[in-house]
Amino acid sequence: MLYRIWTIFIARTKEFYRDRSALGWNIIFPLLIIMGFSVVFRSESSPVLKVGVVKPMNSEIMSTDNTQLHEFLKLKYIDFIEFSSREKAIDSLQKFKIDMLLDPHHNTYFINDSSPNGYIAEQLLKDAGTTNTIFSKHSFKGRGIRYVEWLFPGILGMNAMFNSLYGVGYVLVMYRKNGILKRFSVAPVRPFEFLTAQILSRMFVMLATTVVVYIGTVLLYGFKCKGSLFTLFVVFALGGFCMISLGLLIACRSDSQEFADGLINIITWPMMFLSEVWFSLEGARPWVQKVSQLLPLTPIVESARMVMNEGATLFDIRYQLLYLIVVSGIFLLLGSFLFRWQRK
Amino acid sequence: MDLILEVKNLYKYFPGVKAVDDVSFDIPRGICFGLLGPNGAGKTTTIEVIEGIQNPDRGTILYKGKPRDQHFKQEVGIQLQHTELQQYLTVKEILLTFRNLYAHRANLDELVSLCYLEEILDRDNRKISGGQKQRLLLAIALANDPELLFLDEPTTGLDPQARRHVWDIVQSIKQKGKTVVLTTHYMEEAQVLCDIVAIMDHGKIIAMDSPINLLNQYCRGVTITLPSTVDENILRQMSCDWYKVNHTIEIHTEQPHDCLRLLIDNNVDITGMVVRSQNLEDLFLKLTGTQLRA
Repeated sequence: MLYRIWTIFIARTKEFYRDRSALGWNIIFPLLIIMGFSVVFRSESSPVLKVGVVKPMNSEIMSTDNTQLHEFLKLKYIDFIEFSSREKAIDSLQKFKIDMLLDPHHNTYFINDSSPNGYIAEQLLKDAGTTNTIFSKHSFKGRGIRYVEWLFPGILGMNAMFNSLYGVGYVLVMYRKNGILKRFSVAPVRPFEFLTAQILSRMFVMLATTVVVYIGTVLLYGFKCKGSLFTLFVVFALGGFCMISLGLLIACRSDSQEFADGLINIITWPMMFLSEVWFSLEGARPWVQKVSQLLPLTPIVESARMVMNEGATLFDIRYQLLYLIVVSGIFLLLGSFLFRWQRK
Repeated sequence: MDLILEVKNLYKYFPGVKAVDDVSFDIPRGICFGLLGPNGAGKTTTIEVIEGIQNPDRGTILYKGKPRDQHFKQEVGIQLQHTELQQYLTVKEILLTFRNLYAHRANLDELVSLCYLEEILDRDNRKISGGQKQRLLLAIALANDPELLFLDEPTTGLDPQARRHVWDIVQSIKQKGKTVVLTTHYMEEAQVLCDIVAIMDHGKIIAMDSPINLLNQYCRGVTITLPSTVDENILRQMSCDWYKVNHTIEIHTEQPHDCLRLLIDNNVDITGMVVRSQNLEDLFLKLTGTQLRA
């Protein structure tokens, strides 16, 4: 039995690494995303609001005793954009390209009533220069996690998801469509042996590409995993296993690559947006957060982030790992039970 | 008689179709048994039910006198119709992959030599010709040195030379005392390779014997082929059977002299006429009224 599993494992793994396009895509794609996003979000002080100001802001205007205007223009994290004409600036405001328009020549400001950012800009303008407050300030220094460091675990999790779902789900459907599964079915191979070989091969490939991407990113950006690498390895091993099991469930019967592709898209897109790969769901509606907690990518990204950014131990992420094990078991049992060698 | 396979009253239905309808036959050890019939006759379904790929609705299948068990897959070799193989693997790697799945394995060098694979062993299996691929699939089916070999239309779509190569391989396998079950819609293939032929149509076996006995029993005469421009009123005067086949007229007769005299007496232009001995294709036409390759 082990020899048969080993034989199929070797054949499948060779098939993958000789497919240069698939191999390259699995390694280069996540690196490109990380590089792209780190460039886009490189500035630690990216502007939060955009305020248009009608030109010319000449020295006459700037020298006038308008404390409110002066203090407002000093505010950080606001991008002040100059416009040559008021009409042009109003057009931009109506199209939500800027959040507020300031006309210092006429001591006037304009906002778009349907823009939340416009409301915030207005409040900031009204309070500019005001020092009266009953609250006392206490501040903390941030721990200095760059966006790329926050993003990296999410990208690794997303890569594991795509790698596993397409690498197993899509490939098995293609095998069934082309009659490769049928050919194996008449050889003395049990479904359990065949599927185990597929799982092991994909786990190996997924973990190997994750290691390559990890090393590449560390070399590019020079950050360190705050937790142990072994713990991180366990996170991705269990996470990959969970996604591969989901891939088996997707591929258990169909012989239509179009259907499998659609199904994988339906599953992956919500996970990409609701599992905090790109942005935090802090403040999102409660039901969105609850749905997020059910998705298998969420515990992978969450625990990877805890290990890499906060130095969490296996004990700290035990609930996420336990959830992955339970969900993997359900996917695997269902996938094995429903599995068919051939199309109807 | 030492029977390696017994099939009794086999039925397999699909919605609206009786794919296999009360099929029975016995296969003695060491022969080549052929299932001959047109596309859709039920040959592949019959063989796939025996192989275990599909479940029968009714019927009994005995291998070596017993119902098939877990040893069946280990002991038989199977070549399927329309099989793709894993991409990016060489011919040798594919062969080794399947060979390693069996407890009893054929000698690799002998297998390669038998199936003429020496020159393509290190080639990507996607880059071999149709004939080479059929030989590779045959080698995969022989990877466990099987006692019983199933070949489902092994030469369909091959050019005459590639087909001849496959025939040579099957004859070599027969000489080793192996039992071969093959399906085909080529009557020439059945005549060359098979010791017993079962002719199938609409899920039923309509005749079964050795090719010689079948021809002696049903086709003692000759087939005269004429262009279809012959006046049918003249043909109706004949006492023998005649058929329209692909823009020609085929006359099946045991008295060719009488037929020819009638044609000449009626001033039929016999330029382009062909007279030949009858074969299994003629037999199929006689039994079913339709062409074998229709």
